[in-house]
Amino acid sequence: MKRLGGPVAIALAFFLFVAPGPAVGREVTVASKTFTESVVLGELLSALIRDSGAASRHRRELGGTRILWSALLSGEIDVYPEYTGTISQEILAGENLKTVSEIRAALEKRGVLMSRPLGFNNTYAMGMKKETAGRLGIRSISDLRKHPDLKFGFSNEFMDRGDGWPSLKARYRLPQASVRGLEHALAYRALEGGDIHLIDLYATDADIKYYDLFTLKDDLNFFPRYDAVILYRADLKKRAPEAVRSLLRLGARIGEGPMIRMNARVKLEKVAESRVASEFLADAFGILSKSRVISPWRRLMQNARDHLYLVLISLLAAILVAIPLGIWAARRPVAGQVILGVVGVIQTIPSLALLVFMIPLLGIGGPPAMMALFLYSLLPIVRNTYAGLHDIPIGLRESAEALGLPVRARLLLVELPLASRAILAGVKTSAVINVGTATLGALIGAGGFGQPILTGIRLDDVGLILEGAVPAAALALLVQGGFDLLERFLVSEGLRLKPMP
Amino acid sequence: MLKLEGISKTYGEVRAAGPLSLKIDPGKTSVLIGQSGCGKSTLLRLMMGLIEPDAGNVLLDGERIDHTNNLILRRKMGYVIQDGGLFPHLTARGNVELMATYLGWPEKNIKDRLDQLTALTQFPHEGLNRYPAQLSGGQRQRVGLMRALMLNPEVLLLDEPLGSLDPMIRHELQDDLRRIFESLKKTVVMVTHDIGEAGFFGDTIYLMAEGTILQQGTLEDLVSRPADEFVTRFINAQRSPLEAIRGQGA
Repeated sequence: MKRLGGPVAIALAFFLFVAPGPAVGREVTVASKTFTESVVLGELLSALIRDSGAASRHRRELGGTRILWSALLSGEIDVYPEYTGTISQEILAGENLKTVSEIRAALEKRGVLMSRPLGFNNTYAMGMKKETAGRLGIRSISDLRKHPDLKFGFSNEFMDRGDGWPSLKARYRLPQASVRGLEHALAYRALEGGDIHLIDLYATDADIKYYDLFTLKDDLNFFPRYDAVILYRADLKKRAPEAVRSLLRLGARIGEGPMIRMNARVKLEKVAESRVASEFLADAFGILSKSRVISPWRRLMQNARDHLYLVLISLLAAILVAIPLGIWAARRPVAGQVILGVVGVIQTIPSLALLVFMIPLLGIGGPPAMMALFLYSLLPIVRNTYAGLHDIPIGLRESAEALGLPVRARLLLVELPLASRAILAGVKTSAVINVGTATLGALIGAGGFGQPILTGIRLDDVGLILEGAVPAAALALLVQGGFDLLERFLVSEGLRLKPMP
Repeated sequence: MLKLEGISKTYGEVRAAGPLSLKIDPGKTSVLIGQSGCGKSTLLRLMMGLIEPDAGNVLLDGERIDHTNNLILRRKMGYVIQDGGLFPHLTARGNVELMATYLGWPEKNIKDRLDQLTALTQFPHEGLNRYPAQLSGGQRQRVGLMRALMLNPEVLLLDEPLGSLDPMIRHELQDDLRRIFESLKKTVVMVTHDIGEAGFFGDTIYLMAEGTILQQGTLEDLVSRPADEFVTRFINAQRSPLEAIRGQGA
């Protein structure tokens, strides 16, 4: 174990080094969820903060409710747009909060302040194609009870939220069995294609009008109000009072119509969120803010840099830890089985779950993504190191021993060089998998080539999806080629020759 | 001088060698012979300290070999296995020089020693930069021998050194090996299963069965004064090519 102390410490130091502490200085960090309206609101908030003279940073599409809430509590972000229904039914579910003042008081206990409602209610609703609803005579959610064969498709968050499908099903005693979770942005297309009959809607979605959908009446008043509000850390008031004052100007200023129009501008007219936000601020407050649209080339470079950063650091740490682990596993059969078992189990954890497990430990952004990638990279390297050493013929092993070389020298001069090909192949496997898996890092705010993919899915923009997918694939090929080249330098020529008969 | 005292080694229930005692004649060639699994290779690995006996001692110049001193004592012994046991990632030169380089010999000494060894084993100098995969079986064996002799050990232990070679190359290498052994006057212990080879090399032959030594002596002793029936059977089991012709003639 002593032997392993070094590499493990180095790997940990890596993560600590790259992990940013809580937001310091005067920069205010805004975050948004992974849907269009939240991103637009996030842009509005950061423009207002800049207008107050403070610096702002917008972590776009950082994640779902849980991720943003915990990031707010831990201080990694300062501000994000939320909905009252989500607070009472999901974040603080179980406290049975009824009124806005009750919600406000409950939040304050946690060091979080809430603005007054922004002016629109983005409630959940159930929607179907007008044609289907008309044909089946469905007007309200209760009417669904008569049609058990209908297929439902709900956003993944709605599938397991406290105020989502399970309680809706119980409340309305809905019999449908075919219910699946899917990305909200894709649900409209699935509905249009006829694969599913009913989806969850956000009342201010631009798509409702675009696809000409019918909204079912919530006849049992199941859904609460989802008034948009701003949540921010109480300490922000001290750190950046002028920024908070500027933010709060948004209260009661966005009606339902304007919000739907802004969503439509982004979603249907493909206008950048930042531009839509600055147009609104110019209209409503006379604020002339520069919309900060980044050129595609700069965005690509930024994504490439983030992606490489994720891959390189996690892979480097994995190499430093996995090779000693593999050596140890090859030396001690019992410990070896345990090590191989453990890294094998890590590999079976779904990547999304692993990313989320890391958030309480390392927060959001790069560090948790790197840690998850690091853990995934272990197995191929450990196993190949183990196998490479284990498969050295006994005759060679004993020949090295018979020369009188001490254990360490045998390892460095004979055994590791003999296993070098297998070890390098393991590193290559890890690197290639790593490049692909790193695209998921965008789900927790780590950036990289996953970011345009995520945004592309949200905006239904194939070009954006390709902007992430193509470079990621190219990088994987490049990595593969790079390692093939590296093999010529790191693996002795003698091991690459075919033996003479 | 190499000596085994009351040695025995078992693997689980299986007795691999012993109990036996044995004194290897210094400066002579001793051959361990027997069927597969008779314990001859186990005995060689015990002498090398690659495995430790369950009971008894292996003594080199009166010093007991165990895990505390085997690194040092092994450097007084050279070890050659079938096909040479060369490290495929190193060139012939890399294999031969490995230990001397590790011990920090001056370059000049390494070069001089290498020149002596290539002359002794008649290994072509240009072959030194080839990898084992680029050498023939006979050449690999010569490199294996050079590697074993590099530190000029007192004792040379060879485990079926010619086992995987073609008959003609084998014959040539047998001649060379005997010449080398005679010129070096080292203590040599060789394991083989070939009675002809044993007779060719062995000043003393130890015939082994089931982990113990059935008989020791010259080939002539074994042929004309066999200790028991097994010895005769073992010797007669290996056909001479002439046998067939004689059989036809009769």
